[in-house]
Amino acid sequence: MLSRRLGRWLRARRSSIAPRKSRKTAFLRAPLCPAGHLPRKGPQGGRSAVATAITKLAPAVLSLAMLLTAWELYARFGDIAPTILPAPSRVLAQAWESRAALAENTLPTISATLAGFACSLLAAFVLSALVDFLPRLRRALFPILIASQTLPLVAIAPLVVLWFGFGLLPKILLIALVTFFPMMVALVEGYAATEKEISQMLAAMGAGRWRIFWLARLPSALPYFFAGLRISITYAVVGAIFAEYAGAAKGLGIYMLSAKNNFRPDLVLAAVAVSSALTLALFGLAVLVQRLAMPWENAKSERAGRDDKAEPSGEGRP
Amino acid sequence: MTRLELRDVRKNFGALEVLAGISLDVAAGEFVSILGPSGAGKSTLFQLLTGAIRGEGEMRFDGAPLDGARFAFMPQRDALMPWRRVIDNATLGLEVQGMKRRAARERVAPMFAEFGLAGFERAWPAELSGGMRQRAALLRTVVQQRDMLLLDEPFGALDALTRAAMQRWLETMWRSHRWTALLITHDVREAVLLSDRIYVLSARPARVVSEVAVPLPRPRTESAELAREAAAIEAGILDTLLGLADPNSRSSDGETK
Ligand SMILES: Nc1ncnc2c1ncn2[C@@H]1O[C@H](COP(=O)(O)OP(=O)(O)OP(=O)(O)O)[C@@H](O)[C@H]1O
Ligand SMILES: [Mg+2]
Repeated sequence: MLSRRLGRWLRARRSSIAPRKSRKTAFLRAPLCPAGHLPRKGPQGGRSAVATAITKLAPAVLSLAMLLTAWELYARFGDIAPTILPAPSRVLAQAWESRAALAENTLPTISATLAGFACSLLAAFVLSALVDFLPRLRRALFPILIASQTLPLVAIAPLVVLWFGFGLLPKILLIALVTFFPMMVALVEGYAATEKEISQMLAAMGAGRWRIFWLARLPSALPYFFAGLRISITYAVVGAIFAEYAGAAKGLGIYMLSAKNNFRPDLVLAAVAVSSALTLALFGLAVLVQRLAMPWENAKSERAGRDDKAEPSGEGRP
Repeated sequence: MTRLELRDVRKNFGALEVLAGISLDVAAGEFVSILGPSGAGKSTLFQLLTGAIRGEGEMRFDGAPLDGARFAFMPQRDALMPWRRVIDNATLGLEVQGMKRRAARERVAPMFAEFGLAGFERAWPAELSGGMRQRAALLRTVVQQRDMLLLDEPFGALDALTRAAMQRWLETMWRSHRWTALLITHDVREAVLLSDRIYVLSARPARVVSEVAVPLPRPRTESAELAREAAAIEAGILDTLLGLADPNSRSSDGETK
C-alpha cells in the first residue's frame, strides 16, 4: 500500500523533472517498493570505488615514475648527446614549446582514428550478423580475413597511400585492416556463446531467428564485443600513425617522420607520448562505455560482497 | 480430458538411442512428473515437445497433432537473461507474443508478491539468490498463459533446504492455479509431493518402466499420516529405480503398470 503510493509519488516527481524521457520509462524507473536498490549504491560505494582504483593504479604509477627517473638520470649524467637520447624533462619542455604544432597534428590523427574505427565497427557488426545467419558465408569469408591479418602493415601502408592518396580514405582502410578482424572474431564468438537454454526457450515462446538474434545472441556477445573493443582500439591509433607515416598532409605519423628527419628525437618522443596518451584515453573511454552499457556486470561483482540467502517461505524483501 | 498424448515417441542422436518408445498422457489440470536417472533423455523429450528437435512417434495435443506454441517451457537451468532486469525477464514471453513492454510489465508486476519477489522488480538476476532465480524463471513461465507448463528440473540446482521450501511453495501455487503441468525431476520426494501421476523412466535408452498414481489428498504437507503414505510410495518408486540400476535385474524389467 505504502509502497504503491511512494512509487506513484516518485513517478510523478521524476516525470516533472524529465517529462519527455520518463513517459516511456517511468514504470521502469520508479521503484515499486521503497526498499529499492538504489540506496545500496550510496556515496560510500562511490568513494570506495575511487579508493580501490587508486590502490590498483599506485604500483603502475610508481614503476612508471621510477623508469622515468632512471632515464632522466642516465640521460643527464651518462654523457649522451640530447640529439641521441633526450631526457624526459627535455622532451616535456620541447613538447610544450611546440604545443601548437603538436596539437595541429594530433587532431587529424584523432579524427582518422575515430572515423576508421567507426567504419570498422560498423562493418564488423553488419558482417558478423550476416555470418551468424548464413554459416556458409562464414566459411567463405574467414580464410580471407585471416589472410588479411598476415599482411605486413609496413609494406601495405605505402601501397594503400599510393592507391588512395593522402586523404582520409587510405587511413580508414588501414585502420580497418588492423581492427576489423579482432572485432569480427569477438562478435562471432560472442554470438556463439549464447546459452543454449535461452535460445531454446525463446524458440519455444515462438520467437523467430531474427528475434532470437536480437533478444539473446546480440546481448550475449556484449562481453566479447567489449573485450575485442579494448584490444582493437589500441591497434587503431597505431594503425592511424602507420598510415600517416606512409604519407599524409598532417598527423602525428607525419610529424614523427619529419621530426626524425630533422634530428629531433625529443619531438619524436613528444609525439609518441601524445599518441600513447591518446591510446590510453580511448582505452579508458571503451572501459567507461562498457560499464555504462553493461550495468548488470557491476551488480554481479557487488553481489559477491553481499550475503542474502533466499528466505524459504518466499515473502520477498523483508 | 486428455490434453497431451504421446505414443511410442523415439529419438536417436546418430547411433545413440536416447528415447526408445515413450508413451504418456497428461489430462487437463493434472500435474504429471517424469522421474528418471540422469542422462536418460528427459530433457530430450522436452526438446521434442517444444519443437527444438524432431523425432519419430505420435505427439497429440487436445486430439490434434502437436502444432507448436502450446507450452510454456522452463529449461533445466533457469535461463534468466543477465542483461535484463527481473521484471523484464518475467515479461519476456509476453513480449515475444507481441505485447508492448509496458503493458507486459503491468500484467506481470502484480504477480511478484505471490512469487516472493516483491521489491526485486528492478534487480538484476545476478542479485537474486538461487531460490529467487528459480521463482523468477517460474514466473516468466506461467505468465505466458499457455495451455501447459513444461518444467525441466526446476529445483535441481538448489540446496536441499531451499529445494524443500520451493517444493512446498510450488504445491501451494499449484493448488490455487491448477496448471496442467509436466515436471521433469530426479528427486523422488519432489515427484510424490507434487504429482497426481508419475512416469518412471529407465536409464538410456529411456522407456516408461512404471506409471505410479499418487492418490494422496492435497495439501500434502500437513499431516504425519500423509507423510507415511507418501513415504511408502517413495519407497516403491525407489525400489523400481534402484532395481533398474542393478544389472542383474536388467533383462526382466517390463512395463509394471
Ligand atoms: N543434441 C544432442 N546431440 C547428441 N546427443 C545428445 C544431444 N542432446 C542430448 N544428447 C544425449 O542424449 C542423452 C540424454 O540427454 P538428456 O539431456 O535428455 O538427459 P536428461 O535425462 O535430461 O539428463 P539430466 O537428468 O542429467 O538432465 C545424453 O546421453 C546426451 O549426451
Ligand atoms: Mg535434463
